[in-house]
Amino acid sequence: MMNAVETRTEDPDIPDVLGAEVDSWWKIRLALTRRSFRENWKIFRRNKVGLLGLVIIAFWAIMAAMPTVFFATGFWNPATYDPVTGLELDPPTRTMVMVERITDPNTEIDRRAALLDGRIPDTLQIGDTFDLPLQPAPPDARHWLGTDPLGRDIMSQLMHGARASFFLGILAAVVTVVIGTTIGSMAAYFGGIVDASLMRLADLLIMIPGVALLIVIGGLFTFQLWHLAVVIGILSGFGGTAIVLKSQALAVKVKPFIDAARVAGGSASHIIFYHLIPNVMPLSVLYMMFTVTGAIQSEAVLSFLGILNTDTSWGLMMNLARTQGYLLQVTDYWWLTVPAGLSVTLLSAAFFLVGRGMDEIVNPRLRRR
Amino acid sequence: MTAPKLPLEESGGRAPLLEVDGLVMRYDTEAGEVSAVENVSFALARGEAMGLVGESGCGKTSVALSLLRLAPENARYQSGSVRWEGVNLLDLSDQQMREYRWAEISMVFQGAMNAWNPVYRVGAQIREAMDQHFDPPLGSSETEQRIDQLFQLVGLDPAVQRRYPHELSGGMRQRAVIAMALSCDPKLIIADEPTTALDVIVQAQILEELKEIQQDLGLSILYISHDMAVIAQVTDTIGVMYAGKMVEFGSTQEVFHRPSHPYSFLLLSSIPSVTGPRRRPMSLEGTPPNLLAPPSGCRFHPRCPWATEQCRQEEPPMMPIGPSQWAACWNAEQVPQMGEPAP
Amino acid sequence: MSLVKVEGLRRLFPVSPGLFRRKTGFVHAVDDLDFEIGIGESLGLVGESGCGKTTTGRMLVGLETPDQGSIVLGQADGTQMDVVNLRADQRVKFRRQVQMIFQDPYESINPRRTVFETVGEPLLIHGIGDLGTREEQIREMLRKVGLAPPESFMFRYPHELSGGQRQRVAIARALILQPRLVVADEPTSMLDVSIRISIMELMSRLAKQMGVSYLYITHDLAVARYMCDRIAVMYLGKVVEIGETEQLLANPLHPYTQALLSAVPVPDPSLPPPQVQIKGGIGKAVDPAPECRFVDRCPQAADVCRSTPHPPLEDKGGGRLVSCHLVDRSSI
Repeated sequence: MMNAVETRTEDPDIPDVLGAEVDSWWKIRLALTRRSFRENWKIFRRNKVGLLGLVIIAFWAIMAAMPTVFFATGFWNPATYDPVTGLELDPPTRTMVMVERITDPNTEIDRRAALLDGRIPDTLQIGDTFDLPLQPAPPDARHWLGTDPLGRDIMSQLMHGARASFFLGILAAVVTVVIGTTIGSMAAYFGGIVDASLMRLADLLIMIPGVALLIVIGGLFTFQLWHLAVVIGILSGFGGTAIVLKSQALAVKVKPFIDAARVAGGSASHIIFYHLIPNVMPLSVLYMMFTVTGAIQSEAVLSFLGILNTDTSWGLMMNLARTQGYLLQVTDYWWLTVPAGLSVTLLSAAFFLVGRGMDEIVNPRLRRR
Repeated sequence: MTAPKLPLEESGGRAPLLEVDGLVMRYDTEAGEVSAVENVSFALARGEAMGLVGESGCGKTSVALSLLRLAPENARYQSGSVRWEGVNLLDLSDQQMREYRWAEISMVFQGAMNAWNPVYRVGAQIREAMDQHFDPPLGSSETEQRIDQLFQLVGLDPAVQRRYPHELSGGMRQRAVIAMALSCDPKLIIADEPTTALDVIVQAQILEELKEIQQDLGLSILYISHDMAVIAQVTDTIGVMYAGKMVEFGSTQEVFHRPSHPYSFLLLSSIPSVTGPRRRPMSLEGTPPNLLAPPSGCRFHPRCPWATEQCRQEEPPMMPIGPSQWAACWNAEQVPQMGEPAP
Repeated sequence: MSLVKVEGLRRLFPVSPGLFRRKTGFVHAVDDLDFEIGIGESLGLVGESGCGKTTTGRMLVGLETPDQGSIVLGQADGTQMDVVNLRADQRVKFRRQVQMIFQDPYESINPRRTVFETVGEPLLIHGIGDLGTREEQIREMLRKVGLAPPESFMFRYPHELSGGQRQRVAIARALILQPRLVVADEPTSMLDVSIRISIMELMSRLAKQMGVSYLYITHDLAVARYMCDRIAVMYLGKVVEIGETEQLLANPLHPYTQALLSAVPVPDPSLPPPQVQIKGGIGKAVDPAPECRFVDRCPQAADVCRSTPHPPLEDKGGGRLVSCHLVDRSSI
């Protein structure tokens, strides 16, 4: 009566796993992935901070896509709105009076200013009025965020800058994770001399002041955006990320399922790729988010210093404001610096917030009951 | 359900120290309400040793934690009472409850390593517990003397108190935990799997010492264990729990001699033995139910080989079986005759 | 012919008193071990924690390398495979013949792999069959271990299984290559009492069906009685007694076996509680003195035990091997 060793299958807490007939392998994989995605989404959704980050990222993704739409529909004319070569030919003007001595710089000019500013005809006499074209121009209906000192649309630059930040951040993160996961897992699995040499390399890379190194490299070579992504990826992949992922991999390595795989005859590469990496991956993805944050911020710093050879980026927008002397006049020319600065802050923070939200999935201990 | 009265009380003599009556405790979780303790009643007399047995997740630890009001934050007491010398502990404020913990009821936790803070010496930690709970506090020489006595009582060299927890073996640590539990002169000790992590020889020694201490000091002990054999040796009464419910309660002698709930019966028959004729242990099929949605009727019916239609529909109450034995089974009378399985 | 023959097996672990300090000695985890396991036989390795039983098991499956001694695996063609010094071409063959089942079903299965992937992993490693034939084999194996119907288990992750079901998955993984020897390290001690028996029954039934030998490591003599044909009792790295299960339990000869047996709790309140004669707990064999390892705790220790080296494991008749000066043939 009780000899049968059949286990019940109707556990109430486990829904029928796939339901559908098993007919092809990729379908099963897809179904499993979708299922685990659904489960993780349920946890992530509860974390308002992570959701906020996701909303901000989505906002910037839409922003990054907008120029394509605007140009294609003819809403924006490239001659005016191109972030690099665009130029507003008919900028707003302000009436200025030529005076002997300036008492209000916003409405008065003197002879010396007229000589220095190419836009002012030098035939003006004291008491004459003159319509000064404004570049940079403050926001108006055509240029929602105004124009820069070269007459280019700020909004367009901001949108194109978002593309640069996404490209840079994601490329840097992927490089970081690929390097960090591989190095960390290998160091943990092989131990001994492999571990020691990889970890000393990591220590070295952590000790290097990143921005200073990037400035030196930027001085030696023409530094493209993707170069920066790769350098940041290598620095953080070999450095901090590798060390964190190694300690995680070490915790996985001592689990009996690794022994079981060895007993089954699994080679080192089988164990690393089949067992270690999948278990380290969630943490890697988490660090990916933090790398994006770091990369976006580094880009802003380097572009601001004028080291990066790139067409449009948020850092470059602030760099222009600096080289043209508007940096310290934030209250008068806020549209030159505030939108770009705010964008850097928002997008880099958003990736960080998503990372914090994912933390709950990766570290179940943080979960609320 | 009629609360089983304390058998020893009926047979005259000791007053009940602890009476749990119709305790219902649930955990609020995201997935829903987990019915962890469902209508559990029992009583424990002064100087008595009782055992609560069952599989993991059967609610035995939840019951124990309820006695100390140490259950996790999401626990909700729906109804019932826990009376300690007549006072319902569930009605007390946290401040009042604190006076009962350690001084009246103390606990020996599962996994002795976790009970210790690794950076302090063992003696210092016991001293701290005593300083907090003795009112008025004992003088320092008195405290020292008492710790020495406690260590001797649990079979440890008093010099051990100057060591750090990691310097002790598993058995020594468990002994020191028992010394700490005894330090404030409690009337009841709750011992949650006190010997599970230990080897058999050390287990036998510690159980023997616990029994001696219990008899010498007139202590009550509530043992929580999954191990029927351990419970058989150290307890006077036993409660068998399954899926949050008490399914059988009675004197240890009677329950082991004539298990009257199929679950206790199968649990007992599933223990392989080292002595006597080699008999094939019976196996208990299936897994305990999900307490988010407990089964209808008797909670054991999906795994019970003798379940009838009545078991599926109606929940059996605790029914008296013998002078000091109760079981919650519609077919309790037949269970003892179900006998050995076919070889 | 025996399947496995172990001779003079030894494994030492260095101990240092603290970080950065020199090694001060060696723990003799396994010290001069001899035993054999027959084809289809199940040998129980019983002892307290720290006696070296797990280290022995790990050496048998090649997870740990012995410092000394030999492990020889008899082959179907009559040749002997030297497990300690495997030739490169023998390694794959060895891996297919020896498998292990671990104690903790929650830790011995990769949480990020489905049941299908876990059970099929040995087939994948050894490149056996293609996906289609592998699937058939996995279904068959899952049915054998009682996870039926296989479809409802194949694509579950471990966290969707109960402890008993996980252990069945671990058993399926160990047996899918049809090994000749399986080392089972306390496979039921982490499971709930009520399901232990069904897992034990499953393991013995499959062993008979598939002709597998077990080295069954356990601390529980009652479990060993149920699972094993013979029992070897270990104490501090040494086997102190080996014998046929029922004979050994009915008439334990070594004082340690006697103590171990007397300490096992019996689920009967009318019997007196166990009286254990030996004192103290088990230590670690750090650079042990040459005399009998058990002498300090032995209730029967005599002068001869202190003045002569650790007694050899001798045949005391009837296939019973005991390592004690005080036991002679007449005790049988």
